[in-house]
Amino acid sequence: MNDFLLIFRRDANFDMQLTPAQMQEVTKPWQDWMGGLAAQNRLANSGARLATDGKVVKSDGVITNGPYVEVKEALGGFIIIRAASLEEAAELSKGCPILATGGTVEVRQIVPMQ
Amino acid sequence: MLNDQLLPNLYRTEYRKIVAVLARLFGFEHIQIAEDIAGDTFLLATETWAKKLPENPAAWLYTVAKNKAKDHLKHNAIFTQKVSPAIQLENAQSSELEIDLSEENINDSQLQMMFAICQPIIPAEAQIGLALRILCGFGIDEIAYAFLSNKETINKRLFRAKEKLRDEQVKIEFPNANEINKRLETVLLTLYLLFNEGYYSSSGNINLRRDLCLEAMRLNHLLVSNKATDLPAVNALFALMCFHASRFDARMDKDGEIVIYDEQDTSLWNDELISRGTNYLILASRGEQLSRYHIEATIAYWHTKKEDSAEKWENILQLYNKLLILEYSPMAALNRTYALAKADGKEKAIVEAEKLTQLKDSHLYHSLLGYLYTGIDKSMALQHLQRAFKLAKNKGERNRIKKNIEALD
Repeated sequence: MNDFLLIFRRDANFDMQLTPAQMQEVTKPWQDWMGGLAAQNRLANSGARLATDGKVVKSDGVITNGPYVEVKEALGGFIIIRAASLEEAAELSKGCPILATGGTVEVRQIVPMQ
Repeated sequence: MLNDQLLPNLYRTEYRKIVAVLARLFGFEHIQIAEDIAGDTFLLATETWAKKLPENPAAWLYTVAKNKAKDHLKHNAIFTQKVSPAIQLENAQSSELEIDLSEENINDSQLQMMFAICQPIIPAEAQIGLALRILCGFGIDEIAYAFLSNKETINKRLFRAKEKLRDEQVKIEFPNANEINKRLETVLLTLYLLFNEGYYSSSGNINLRRDLCLEAMRLNHLLVSNKATDLPAVNALFALMCFHASRFDARMDKDGEIVIYDEQDTSLWNDELISRGTNYLILASRGEQLSRYHIEATIAYWHTKKEDSAEKWENILQLYNKLLILEYSPMAALNRTYALAKADGKEKAIVEAEKLTQLKDSHLYHSLLGYLYTGIDKSMALQHLQRAFKLAKNKGERNRIKKNIEALD
């Protein structure tokens, strides 16, 4: 088994302002999906959700507000799972709720420390 | 006349107190001496009480134990040289050695002993064994029975554990304030496992199993009753034990067979323990920390609700999700899938259950799949129940699976 980082990307204009009821509606599929991965003992790290605001620090010292001018998709969060191969990790990502709202999951193997 | 039950009862309640107080006085490295003195005290009681029972038996035990401890200090030169100077610093003269068997000192000594025994440097089962022997006054034969083992194995295990603790120069003392959370983790885990040993073990002795649970609760209660250790996770674990214990009478039939949750007579659930558990769960919700005991206690809280509702099972499902995300365990994986069936239907649960391939050698896993396929696909249900029957470890489990197979027709 190796560890794989799953990176969730979604529309940069995604509205984070939700009512509590909407929030619960959004949370359940995520909790169910992550609970399902954890039940298979595949969840290595429950990762984190990221705020929409961000800054980018460039090599010339200039700090800009977010990378979203150029990209349509913004990083929304990440988790780390355990899988036998990149293919299996991708297969396990299929149930991710971000896909239902048009987002994507990027799957990358974590290179073990030598 | 000597009542048959008097000595065993006193042994169960007083042996541990004498050992804790004396061991704290002598230091952990001399715990064997404390155990020997306590043992000799009870031996003398067995011999003399048959002729004349003292007016206050517990006070008699304390006095004899104190005298034996003083004699030991006087007559054992090596011991006196090594240990006594330290004690003498506190007690100007060793002949007036103060051995404090007040309730307060007994409780403090037992708490400190709990921290001394619950150390990650010895295996969990050795910690539980030592706790049962030293903190609960269980006999070696009872411990062997509880672990489905034999006296020789348990004796060896406890001997090795004590040796290890001595080598590591473990002290009988309270951990300091900034260490207490870390140290409590091990203590709580040991109490949790001790309780589970009684609650889930397959040993047939119902009284012994109940005693294990009650002892875990007593020790946990010592922790919530002390200011320094009255912390949220400690209250959460105590709440969890209260909720589980509330179903003692309902979860076992007269032959000692387990009655599953769905089939329990809810009028046998103990309301007093449920409301005690609820109070401690409220006390546990202070602060920011959410331990696995908080989650498990909240799951147990929802299980005390008698009405089956969508809200109940959705809450239980989400709590199992949280618990699994925090820490995987096969039991939580199975229970989560059961809750999913109750909350979102069997079809959805079957899809999730089929993914739990890591559990394919567990009879509980196939029992669950058998349950999920029942009413949906009879041949699949039969296949899984038969597999579960083959994998089941004891007669009670096989009987239950057999009943489910028969119910398919």
